[in-house]
Amino acid sequence: MAVSSAPGATPPGTMTSAAWAVAGALIAGAVLFIAIAAKAQDAPMAAHAWLFVFAFLAGVMALGQRHFNVTHGGSVADDGTGYADGVVKAGAIATLFWGVAGFLVGVVIAFQLAFPFLNLDTAFTNFGRLRPLHTSAVIFAFGGNALIATSFYVVQRTSRTRLAGDIAPWFVFWGYQLFIVIAATGYLMGVTQSKEYAEPEWYADIWLTIVWVVYLLVFLATLAKRKEPHIYVANWFYLAFIVTIAMLHIGNNLAIPETWTSSKSYALFPGVQDALIQWWYGHNAVGFFLTAGFLGMMYYFIPKRAERPVYSYRLSIVHFWSLIFIYIWAGPHHLHFTALPDWAQTLGMTFSIMLWMPSWGGMINGLMTLSGAWDKLRTDPVIRMLVVSVAFYGMSTFEGPVMSVKAVNSLSHYTDWTIGHVHSGALGWVGFISFGAIYCLIPWLWKRERLYSLALVSWHFWIATIGIVLYITAMWVSGILQGLMWRAYDAQGFLEYSFAETVEAMHPFYVIRALGGVLFLTGALIMVYNCWMTIKGRVRESEPLPASAPAGATLQPAE
Amino acid sequence: MAKKFSHATIEKNSILLLVLTLVVVAIGGLVEIVPTFLIKSTIEDVKGVRPYSPLELAGRNIYIREGCYNCHSQMVRSLRSEVERYGHYSLAAESKYDHPFQWGSKRTGPDLARVGGKYSDEWHRLHMEDPRAVVPESVMPGYPFLAQTPLDYRNIEGGLRALAAAGVPYSAEEIENARADLEAQATLDADTEGLMQRYPKAVARDFDGNPKMISELDALVAYLQMLGTLVDFNAYENTDFTQ
Amino acid sequence: MSEKHKDEVTGVETTGHSWDGIRELNNPLPKWWIYTFYATCIWAAVYWVVMPAWPYLSLDGWTYTKGVIGYEQRDVVTGEIEAIAAGRADTMQKIATTPLPEIAADPGLMEVALGAGRAAFGDNCAPCHGSGAQGSKGFPNLNDDEWLWGGTLDDIHTTLQHGIRWDADDNTRFNIMMAYGRDGILSRAEVSDVAEYVLSLSGGSENADAVSRGADIFQSQCVACHGEAGKGNQELGAPDLTDAIWLYGGDKTDIVETVSNGRSGVMPAWGERLDEGTIKALTLYVYTLGGGQ
Ligand code: HEC
Ligand code: HEC
Ligand code: HEC
Ligand code: HEM
Ligand code: HEM
Ligand SMILES: [Ca+2]
Ligand SMILES: [Ca+2]
Ligand SMILES: [Cu+2]
Repeated sequence: MAVSSAPGATPPGTMTSAAWAVAGALIAGAVLFIAIAAKAQDAPMAAHAWLFVFAFLAGVMALGQRHFNVTHGGSVADDGTGYADGVVKAGAIATLFWGVAGFLVGVVIAFQLAFPFLNLDTAFTNFGRLRPLHTSAVIFAFGGNALIATSFYVVQRTSRTRLAGDIAPWFVFWGYQLFIVIAATGYLMGVTQSKEYAEPEWYADIWLTIVWVVYLLVFLATLAKRKEPHIYVANWFYLAFIVTIAMLHIGNNLAIPETWTSSKSYALFPGVQDALIQWWYGHNAVGFFLTAGFLGMMYYFIPKRAERPVYSYRLSIVHFWSLIFIYIWAGPHHLHFTALPDWAQTLGMTFSIMLWMPSWGGMINGLMTLSGAWDKLRTDPVIRMLVVSVAFYGMSTFEGPVMSVKAVNSLSHYTDWTIGHVHSGALGWVGFISFGAIYCLIPWLWKRERLYSLALVSWHFWIATIGIVLYITAMWVSGILQGLMWRAYDAQGFLEYSFAETVEAMHPFYVIRALGGVLFLTGALIMVYNCWMTIKGRVRESEPLPASAPAGATLQPAE
Repeated sequence: MAKKFSHATIEKNSILLLVLTLVVVAIGGLVEIVPTFLIKSTIEDVKGVRPYSPLELAGRNIYIREGCYNCHSQMVRSLRSEVERYGHYSLAAESKYDHPFQWGSKRTGPDLARVGGKYSDEWHRLHMEDPRAVVPESVMPGYPFLAQTPLDYRNIEGGLRALAAAGVPYSAEEIENARADLEAQATLDADTEGLMQRYPKAVARDFDGNPKMISELDALVAYLQMLGTLVDFNAYENTDFTQ
Repeated sequence: MSEKHKDEVTGVETTGHSWDGIRELNNPLPKWWIYTFYATCIWAAVYWVVMPAWPYLSLDGWTYTKGVIGYEQRDVVTGEIEAIAAGRADTMQKIATTPLPEIAADPGLMEVALGAGRAAFGDNCAPCHGSGAQGSKGFPNLNDDEWLWGGTLDDIHTTLQHGIRWDADDNTRFNIMMAYGRDGILSRAEVSDVAEYVLSLSGGSENADAVSRGADIFQSQCVACHGEAGKGNQELGAPDLTDAIWLYGGDKTDIVETVSNGRSGVMPAWGERLDEGTIKALTLYVYTLGGGQ
């Protein structure tokens, strides 16, 4: 592992033996996929096999190019901090890109539900194929890149050491993008396992497993060589996120492919067991991807930006362990009143209630960190975004336990109420915490004094907030209305409404939701513009504001 | 707590932190999931449930491919309003050969667990072609391409074989005859003796109204028309379904 | 970096560590937080005692704790539905056992029957016949008084019970209109002529020559079902062709299509899916829509 500051090591970027091994593996992979492409049973498999071949060969060429650059006088870009930040920059840009893409698809499917002719009645554009494209794009592409980028940034800063590995972090980054592209193009071609949030087929799953294990190793090795005696709390959460997602991903994706050259596979487990395993996975994708990972983000960016200490170390400990222990049990709340046995539903419900306080531990630590610095809410729109995201986190982790109560779930399940709950967590918490982190990172990474414009951040904040409010209130109303209509009885005790009547009643709310989505997307486009101008080194002249470069931005020697 | 045992031990050791985390997150899943394989009453003891015929399986794969599960559940919950609207609540046994399950999590459209035999093939044809032509309130996408696309069943045996490996009781004979059974089921007046014997209650006909082609729509409608038709609920008391 | 350190703003001690400038205060757990957490745990423990909850290995193999009140959701829903049924026992039971005309004459029973019929119609029939029973191409309007298979209470009841051309029901109503063009029984020109004749029955043809040629063809091919005068035959489900009410459309092209390729609309049988009370209720509901005979 080459560290730029370590004397006598092979300079980074040259073909070390590790680099040769990677290149060899990529070439072997390319050969394997050429063979698969040649024998592919279906068109999507052939297309994806060629995509793998292309990507692997591009990887080999990139390694060669790097070597050539270094040996011919150039050197790999090194900004002198000693931190490996190139991959973090790439991750930040990918986050912005996939964010906009995912929100855009969200807006499209929202309009499709309001105006179904927009399905265009083709195979590639219908709601059934685009919805997983949206969910995966926002969770895995947008959220995943935000998590990878910030975890790489945070673990270096809080461990005071360079990221472990030279090629490995880049492999994680590009390998993950390849997974996203395979998954997304797959959905459009109808390649799906139909397991929500785990739709990619077996070969994409295997590829993600490889990438994820490397991610875990990079993160762990960086922690292992840290120069701080203690591991910072943000890294507990990041580590729990990475390792648990590995466990869940493997468990839920066990499947038997039709043949080795077919894109189609069949889940290993059937019916009720498959359902339970799916929601063990699905609920904890929420718990560990959308919660633990982003709590890691919060534990760095809020205290850093507010320049205040974290509220309570003891709370960190208790809520960390209770959160990760209890979360796993709550999956059956997705299966209330189904053919899952009652006892499992009981466990799902009770553990969801017990999950309330451990979840709120993170909120308390986030909000109370601001004590003594509340005025920053007024002056710094980035802080405002971070804090409001924690408030949304608190809201959705209160709503979740309420919805887990069987009596409530009998009404809310299958309805738009769930969609409203999802998006208060997704837009409010996941979206805003990521935006806040990106607004911090962009000037820090590109060594700009500050963002191009804080006023634009404020615009983003307000437009997106109105969008979220429209979205979730529309879904609460439609969800509860839908649930009540499904179980409404007339005076004689017969069902009052036909299903079609309930579909009709949803229309106005679907329109409002779509407009909320447009606002949220608009905010994100403003953010992209702001970040782009910042990267270009521009500062909006009319906004003379004090610089806010982070303290301790360079790698300091160990004591 | 902080006095006797110091959390610092864990905070200072990345491997220990990793291992403890793994142990802590493994417990809940093990305690909940493993018993559902072991407790016998989890899957009710009912007659009639059989593996999908090859044509139904191909249709199911199209259902999955098009993402119908994004809008349709196949799980009638044990609640009065659902039983009244959709019929008997779903049993675990009814999906015991479902790899993967299709219970769904959102009902933008109605539950389909018991849609088999509710409508005519012709209605499904019109509805899949243009839902709003038959149900003006519908927000379902149209799937006109299904009727125009020939079904690709060159490797349907592969599907049965993979399912058999996952524990579905497909016999060697069934796998061997998969293609012939598929064709027989999608053709009007074909010889279906073997098919019927292998897949009781299977219905054979030209589902898409186009006898010249076995289309994707043939398979999808065959699948929809068998949903919920296998168990004869009149033959059971509620107490038979205690899990 | 482990020197003790006090936060100036709050006066609270920190843990002494600093990561990239971030410190941690040594605040205790908020009391309300930890007590609420305990409360949820205690509540959960009580719930586990009361309800089915924990799997375990017993001497008889794997099982689970049943809970002290013996709750079983499937019993609950069955109980609820039975209670509803019991509540309606006198009415729905009566509807199921009373002959249709007597129900129609009993306003009390009728009120319930129409309620039950309306509810069942929305989810079962409206997808084909429309939410207002107005029908659409291929799916008959149930409000008018043109009936394919008869509009008496008994006729409608038989239609609902056994369906029309519903193969799975042995007593289904069955009869098909052949494909005269496709099967080569009539030439293209003959089909066109007979279509003109059919149009003329409801006053819609201007081509007198074709009509007279078509009349002959009609007499030889069609009267068996549609009758000499084209008035149809409800025994055979053959529609009246003189009333300008069309199931498959009354344009020339529609009629040519009908005669060329035949028609055989399918209506499911509901006898297996719905109980007798509901079928009777639906019969009465449809009957009162406007066209009952
Ligand atoms: C955008 C959501 C959506 C998608 C995707 C969708 N549907 Fe639907 N579906 C609906 C709605 C809404 C209805 C109710 C109105 C109607 O009958 O069209 C419905 C009704 C149905 C019905 C009639 C059910 C009944 O009992 O009345 C069937 C069968 C059906 N859909 C099958 C499918 C299949 C098969 C697919 C995938 C190829 C699919 N749907 C995809 C929304 C959807
Ligand atoms: C799959 C579509 C479909 C459904 C669902 C359906 N019908 Fe029909 N129904 C038809 C068709 C098609 C016909 C005409 C058959 C023919 O052409 O002879 C018909 C005919 C009828 C007739 C006879 C009309 C006549 O003129 O004789 C009645 C009465 C009727 N339906 C009532 C109902 C009721 C009540 C329900 C619900 C329980 C229902 N239908 C559900 C398709 C359907
Ligand atoms: C074996 C009996 C039979 C014979 C013979 C027959 N029909 Fe029919 N016809 C039917 C039936 C039954 C229907 C209704 C089909 C349905 O409901 O789906 C029908 C429907 C029609 C319709 C459609 C009416 C509408 O409302 O859209 C037309 C037009 C028609 N027939 C014309 C003819 C002509 C012309 C001939 C002779 C060339 C003919 N039929 C011979 C039984 C017959
Ligand atoms: C512009 C912003 C967005 C819009 C307009 C939007 C719209 C939608 C729509 C229309 C659906 C389908 C709902 C249904 O089936 O009824 C959906 C589902 C979903 N979206 Fe979004 N979305 C947006 C942003 C996000 C973000 C940022 C995330 C996550 C980080 C997210 C996560 C999800 C998830 C998880 C689902 C599936 C919910 C379920 O299955 O219960 N969305 N979204
Ligand atoms: C204490 C924390 C939480 C609990 C107990 C909880 C509980 C629930 C419940 C009961 C449902 C509805 C299941 C159903 O009826 O189908 C649900 C759905 C969902 N929640 Fe939460 N929730 C919590 C926090 C969150 C957060 C913070 C997010 C997002 C960032 C989130 C994302 C989701 C998603 C995506 C779904 C939809 C799953 C699907 O059906 O596709 N949840 N949650
Ligand atoms: Ca997968
Ligand atoms: Ca066909
Ligand atoms: Cu959940």
